Amino acid sequence: MKTEITGKIIIVGDNIDTDQIYPGRFLALTDPAEIGSHCLCGVDESIAASFPKGGIVVAGRNFGCGSSREHAPIALLSMGASAVLADSFARIFFRNSINLGLPLIICKDISKKVENGQTLTLDIEKGTVTVEETGAVYECERLGDQAMKILEAGGIKPLMRARMGIK
Amino acid sequence: MHALEKILAKNSGRTEVHTGEIVTAKVDFAEINDLYLQTVYSFYEMGGDKVWDNEKCAFVFDHYAPAPDIKSASNHNEMREFAKKNDLKFHFDTNCGVCHQVMAEAGVIYPGMIVVATDSHTTTHGAFGAMGTGVGATDMATILMTGELWFRVPEIIEIRLEGEAPKGVYPKDVVLHVLGKIKADGAVYKAIDFTGSYVENLNVAGRMVICNMAVEMGAKTAYMQPNQDVLDYVSARAVRPYEIQHTDPGYQYQESYVFDVSALEPQLACPHSVDNVEPLPEVLKKGEVLLNQGYIGSCTGGREEDIAIAAQILRGKQIPKYSRLVVVPASAEVMQECIRKGYLLDLMQAGATISTPGCGACLGAHEGVIAPGEVCITSTNRNFPGRMGSTEAKLYLASPATVAASILNGRITDPRAYL
Repeated sequence: MKTEITGKIIIVGDNIDTDQIYPGRFLALTDPAEIGSHCLCGVDESIAASFPKGGIVVAGRNFGCGSSREHAPIALLSMGASAVLADSFARIFFRNSINLGLPLIICKDISKKVENGQTLTLDIEKGTVTVEETGAVYECERLGDQAMKILEAGGIKPLMRARMGIK
Repeated sequence: MHALEKILAKNSGRTEVHTGEIVTAKVDFAEINDLYLQTVYSFYEMGGDKVWDNEKCAFVFDHYAPAPDIKSASNHNEMREFAKKNDLKFHFDTNCGVCHQVMAEAGVIYPGMIVVATDSHTTTHGAFGAMGTGVGATDMATILMTGELWFRVPEIIEIRLEGEAPKGVYPKDVVLHVLGKIKADGAVYKAIDFTGSYVENLNVAGRMVICNMAVEMGAKTAYMQPNQDVLDYVSARAVRPYEIQHTDPGYQYQESYVFDVSALEPQLACPHSVDNVEPLPEVLKKGEVLLNQGYIGSCTGGREEDIAIAAQILRGKQIPKYSRLVVVPASAEVMQECIRKGYLLDLMQAGATISTPGCGACLGAHEGVIAPGEVCITSTNRNFPGRMGSTEAKLYLASPATVAASILNGRITDPRAYL
């Protein structure tokens, strides 16, 4: 598992719910690429098309609240997001994201300390975020053992395949 | 220990559990709704062959019932194939209704159990003294393979509701008021135990409304100690024997909040957030709110009690020209009862559109989606931007009585003058 992630950021607000990440009208879709093309369209329809590959989404409080739809982290991953930093995350969205190998890191007030388009380096093991442009370093929360175990395996699917004795 | 901790301990083969611990617990019933074909894909990707127990899991086709387009119709077929292959004992096709109502009616929900579903509103089943929680597709696939799931034992907070609600104030108003105070992230990762005299005297439908909306505060699960109404309901339906769990005397909640409901007024959650709650008269003081659509339905506000009060308010009257009222019964059982009692006839004669049981327009899939610039008042659970259609539309959450009185006037209206 890559414990250091570097990417350009986009900043969104508080309480960005799963309807804004991935609206209900697209829920019948199953192709990840197609799902990714609608990511965050409830915030701004132009985000998905212009999202920097490997970019990091920075948000305020309660990111991912609302529905249990796994389309939300699928959309973020497929759009090219490599991590999400926020003040807090909703519970089901947190599980879904970790299960799919998308790191979600709690970093208090980070959305107020950085600017759109800056490049951040996130060190998941150390629990730090570095702003490449300014050199500023911020502390973030470290993931729990259970979440780390799943992320290190590359998500719940490889973990389960190993448990079932399947290569 | 709290009753919820006893449920977690029992299902994980322990004598006790502690807050913050990770436990692996057996799931007593697992439900997959029709948004989650990914569950089937993840199941096979992880090497699944057959489900762990064909009597303890089921599909409910509710979000796309009946199928609004070719893609969802095809998704249903892939899920039917999976159900057939696994010979699932329970199957709820497009003729049944919203999963949370349908499961309770079918008797697969009972006190002391763990129910996990691919739906955030699974907190609803706290109404029955069960531990209900929502997961995504891949977590569900792991349950289908193993019959268990890992849980972090949550902090438990108490929301004590005391007193008797005044006329015109319904469980929806009570929970909206609480949500306005606790806020949308006030209970993230936590369990909410609703206690107090209001809860002790509340019927099954009202309990389901309040536990349903617990997830709008971020809660992992909700709980209410079963009362006689619950026992009457489940004893007539439960498919398995059950054991009611009780919280030990002196249990220390992480936090306790007390609300007196006896002076409460009808409440509204205003656009675009579930916790943007104000008493209805306060909203009206700022000016009138003209409406295009009223909506009564969903796992929150589509039960017999909800449709009955709307029928009572609208009987013999007409909603205004150019406005709409969409009514979506939560289940086929609810719909049949409302047909027998004449409620649907009353509503249709008042100008309502009655749609098939299911989730309908609550999540913007079909059956009453709204256009840019429109305003809708709804008995459902979420008013996020774009939830019921256009991100440029506005949604007000309210009790079914407020929805009915409001659409009758074409503007947000206090229902108390109509009761």
